Amino acid sequence: MNWDPLILTFQLATITTLILFVVAIPLANWLAFTRSKWKPIVETFVSMPLVLPPTVLGFYMLVAFSPSNRFGNWLEAYLGISLVFSFLGLVIASVIYSLPFMVQPIQSGLSNLSPQLREASYVLGKSKWTTLRKVLLPSIKPSLLTGIVLSFAHTVGEFGVVLMIGGNIPGQTKVASIAIYDEVESLNYAAANNYSMILFVTTFTILLSVYLVNGAYVRKKYS
Amino acid sequence: MIDLRLEKILDAPSGKMNLVFEEKIESGQFVAITGKSGSGKTSILRMIAGLLQADTGHIFVGNHTWYAKDKKILVAPQKRKIAYLFQDYALFPNMTVRQNLEYALDLKQSKEIVDELLQAVELEQMAHRKPQTLSGGQQQRVALARALVRKPDILLLDEPLSALDQEMRSTMQDYILQLHRRYAPTTILVSHDRSEILKLADELIILEDGKVQKRGAPIDVISSAKLGGKFTFMGEVVAIEQQEFLYILTILIGRDLVKVIADQEELEDLEIGNKVVVSSKAFNPIVEKIL
Repeated sequence: MNWDPLILTFQLATITTLILFVVAIPLANWLAFTRSKWKPIVETFVSMPLVLPPTVLGFYMLVAFSPSNRFGNWLEAYLGISLVFSFLGLVIASVIYSLPFMVQPIQSGLSNLSPQLREASYVLGKSKWTTLRKVLLPSIKPSLLTGIVLSFAHTVGEFGVVLMIGGNIPGQTKVASIAIYDEVESLNYAAANNYSMILFVTTFTILLSVYLVNGAYVRKKYS
Repeated sequence: MIDLRLEKILDAPSGKMNLVFEEKIESGQFVAITGKSGSGKTSILRMIAGLLQADTGHIFVGNHTWYAKDKKILVAPQKRKIAYLFQDYALFPNMTVRQNLEYALDLKQSKEIVDELLQAVELEQMAHRKPQTLSGGQQQRVALARALVRKPDILLLDEPLSALDQEMRSTMQDYILQLHRRYAPTTILVSHDRSEILKLADELIILEDGKVQKRGAPIDVISSAKLGGKFTFMGEVVAIEQQEFLYILTILIGRDLVKVIADQEELEDLEIGNKVVVSSKAFNPIVEKIL
């Protein structure tokens, strides 16, 4: 059995999750506490990947990143990177595609905290950043864990976006979900089953452990 | 000295209300603000703390300007030397009692104050525990200690004891008094509890519909008529019994039940549960050695 697609899938999911964690915290923090009139618009953009067919997202990214397009051309000419049919392109697409899965749990975790927690910290002379880092984030560990796991699992389960922007290059962009499709197309059901079973078991284990951990945390905190 | 002029239109339960608060408070004073809910008490504290912005006015504290609408000055809450005690304590659940206090330390501030305050509120034994494992009274003591770590110039107490039972309240009041004497921050207390106000405050401001209605020594303001009594206690009527021509009132003063004789006239608008002032002008107190 060829392990490359599975390794690639988990590499992609790990990198995507790491990037998302860094990007989502400031974004979720802003969304949770802002009174800006732009908030609904930003919120809509963040949530779009939940409802939009992944192929739509993939299609527009394919168009935008393609060297025949001005932006894609600029990327290739000045930065020397090509985002179409490359691992880097997959990472960027995945970050956008899984954004709501990281942002929403963190945002709702933050906005459910008592506002007095923040105010108490400000009054003690601590900046917004210190407050976020030392008080708010440690108080929403279950939400952080949920965000991390959902983004990871969602990236593992990606298909449409990857197919559109990554194609099917072994070792580069051929992730497990694509490999399954590929094997089925060539009527190789045994190989498809191997990949599928591994994905099935892994995602089941990951999600189960989150529910167990969060359940225990909630029980400990409120019992 | 704190020189305040705060004006803001607030959304009160009865519609829009214009809050106007113009007062001067001497440093080191202990001032209480009371009034019906929705009269703007908490908003005043929040504006002093910088958590809420006034529509217009100023806040001068000593030589510093924290807020001046005309000069477009608005100092962030972080830069005001204040402490704020919230009704629900607002302790950080992810930190132990000691860490809660240490978090409040300023850069380069010595840690000694943490031990000193833990000792003052008698919580050294609990220092390693998480706040949510403590009782309400203990949690509020942690919050009080935490509030004083930075040695604030102004201590703002927003109905800090209203979630505690009577006995715990009384103990907390002692801690507040003791710490106020030791560190002498200018203190503003929002409270509904008259016995608490009488016990703690030097001055009382009564707020009604966003305006200051009365200001003065708590006993004068509360009992409106000057009693001039030598002994004055606040209590709550717990029972009224009739005995031939007289009535016997049982009044809870602090933790003690006291029986007082009253005549028909005094009883007129008294009911069980009323807060009362018990005072006496000329009587012969008995002095007895107890220790």
